[in-house]
Amino acid sequence: MEKRVVFRSSWLPWALIAPQVVVITLFFFWPAAQALVQSLQQSDAFGTSVEWVGFENFVNLWNDATYLASFYTTAVFSVSVAVVGLTLSLLLAVFADRVVKGALAYRTLLIWPYAVAPAVAGVLWLFMFAPSVGVVSYTLRKLGFEWNHLLNGNHAMTLVVMAAVWKQISYNFLFFLAGLQSIPKSLIEAAAIDGARPWRRFWTIVFPMLSPTTFFLLVINIVYAFFDTFAIIDSATQGGPGKDTVILVYKVYYDGFKAMDLGGSAAQSVILMVIVVALTVIQFRFVEKKVNY
Amino acid sequence: MRLKFSAVLFASLASLSAHAQTEIHFWHSMTAVNGEWVNDLAKGFNASQTKYKVIPTFKGVYDESLTAAMAAFRSGNAPHILQVFEVGTATMMASRKAIVPVGEVMKNAGVKFDPNAYIPAVAGYYTGANGQMLSFPFNSSTTVFYYNKDAFKAAGLDPNAPPKTWIEVAQAAAKLKASGHQCPLTIAWQSWTQLESFSAWHNVEFASKNNGFGGLDARMKVNSPLHVRHIENLANMAKQGLFVYKGRTSVPEPTFISGECAMITTSSGFYGNAKKNAKFDFGLSTLPYYPDVPGAPQNTVIGGASLWVMAGKKPEEYKGVAEFFNYVSSPEVQSESHKRTGYLPITMAAFELTEKSGYYKENPGTDVAPTQMIRKTTDKSRGIRLGNYVQIRTIEDEELEQVWAGKKTAKEALDAIVSRGNELIERFEKANSKN
Repeated sequence: MEKRVVFRSSWLPWALIAPQVVVITLFFFWPAAQALVQSLQQSDAFGTSVEWVGFENFVNLWNDATYLASFYTTAVFSVSVAVVGLTLSLLLAVFADRVVKGALAYRTLLIWPYAVAPAVAGVLWLFMFAPSVGVVSYTLRKLGFEWNHLLNGNHAMTLVVMAAVWKQISYNFLFFLAGLQSIPKSLIEAAAIDGARPWRRFWTIVFPMLSPTTFFLLVINIVYAFFDTFAIIDSATQGGPGKDTVILVYKVYYDGFKAMDLGGSAAQSVILMVIVVALTVIQFRFVEKKVNY
Repeated sequence: MRLKFSAVLFASLASLSAHAQTEIHFWHSMTAVNGEWVNDLAKGFNASQTKYKVIPTFKGVYDESLTAAMAAFRSGNAPHILQVFEVGTATMMASRKAIVPVGEVMKNAGVKFDPNAYIPAVAGYYTGANGQMLSFPFNSSTTVFYYNKDAFKAAGLDPNAPPKTWIEVAQAAAKLKASGHQCPLTIAWQSWTQLESFSAWHNVEFASKNNGFGGLDARMKVNSPLHVRHIENLANMAKQGLFVYKGRTSVPEPTFISGECAMITTSSGFYGNAKKNAKFDFGLSTLPYYPDVPGAPQNTVIGGASLWVMAGKKPEEYKGVAEFFNYVSSPEVQSESHKRTGYLPITMAAFELTEKSGYYKENPGTDVAPTQMIRKTTDKSRGIRLGNYVQIRTIEDEELEQVWAGKKTAKEALDAIVSRGNELIERFEKANSKN
């Protein structure tokens, strides 16, 4: 039997969700609708003439080989950011959960990067890895490794993935830590008494118990990698070398804000929206089945 | 009662002073040494008269300030004067409803304005098809070659004989490398210095229809045998470690100032920065060329920016704009600006005034940029005017990077620039021929 609490009043539930609806409409539905409208238009840079062009912006994208290539780049980037980010932050959270002395200081330090703006994160990592003056690239060169993200696409991708992961790690860490702390100690202690080693305890008890958190973070991280990372790309590589780090959202930003092709940029946002909606649906339908709540 | 009276007095005084000075907003993209220069220009103009007050505001680098102005124009808050880089020229020219041609602003204000006073390559670049000057030449630069004299000495090269041709550059680079230099040559603004200026300097077409001056249906031609030869040559130098790629736009410039790279091709506007910050003796020379190409060297193309007047302002304000332009283009102010920044003198009178003052003799090399420009231009060397050029520059960066990384041959990359660039030009042509 499911227990449900039902409002007797007919207007109260609407009144209660009204503020939320207003916020969502203002900051999500309205801009999204605007993007939809603009994706069917072409206008000159100053907006003095606007013309309806139907699906021409989409056709142009379809015919642009470099746009299609950027799907692959985006996939590599997003999967790397999500996998590396989640693994590292889970590791850190497990360690932080065990720390007794100075736990507060340790946790605070791990949360700091979240306060850093993406563009600043990009510049920070750029400085450390700058081929001629960077601390890290200097050390790497001493070790016999020639770091050059200006010409090596893999190096450039590594650089932006590192910056993006670093930026997001605190967020993941916080959720993992909270998830870990909500696992009843009695379960783990019982397993320990039964003779399970820490490694086994982690995989058979902790990890499954964490799965709702992991699932939530997976969705959030994919969305983050898709949408929030253009500032990192812009400040660290500008999409180079070649087009090796041009992810979809960077192209949206570049075409819209640098090249002033608002129609083309809007068409790309619409495609991006569709992709993320699709990805989220897939995640909820298939991945969620494996999640124990 | 007394309080009320003083309030009224205060209000009327305030409105009086607001009425007395018309404010002219000027958005620019000049930083560091050049930013101080712009502020001083406004200060000088404001002190020279009492009717107008020019307020310069830094709005980010070139593409950022252009974007900011476009957004501001859409919401009705555009500045009076906007500094736009040369790459945005075609876009501005096509936006006839958003701008007022400078020639018209000057005529309406009754300020004497002679386009023929300007250096031909500069005036030609900003003049519309009907011969009317559309924007006001402000900070024009061109591509030059800088070299580290101390490094030349250390490598056993003559510090007073800079390499003039690409063959000599390769030889000098080899000697610099042999003496232990990790980065003999680097290149800033690669598309501007190695494709655009390179084409004009050798008097070959960058694009058909006189590089776009003859119409919107121009198409790119940078995959000619000469272009392929040059990019191949640079790719070989990169392979041997003689040319080291240090990034897009002006990013490589600090590697010259730090002494890491011994030679660089970049903007003449880099002079002020190098003079202030380089801890070594450096020299300027003309852009290298291939001596076997007939007609080379011709002239180099301009870069930098010009000032555009935005539409929708009051006549009184346009008068102030005209007065300000008049002040900035006086030979004295021009000559002073030229000496301070390394940007071109823009008018012939300013160039002659600077020459007469003995400045070029005292600062050898500073006359390189003006003399590269003060020549009669040909149809192939007047400049580049292609639509969507901001994006095409990015394409050029992307493709050239593939060459330096050894992923593409020079021919493949240049072919790709032509085909990808032409697509954008075709779209611009389509969008703007409808108007």
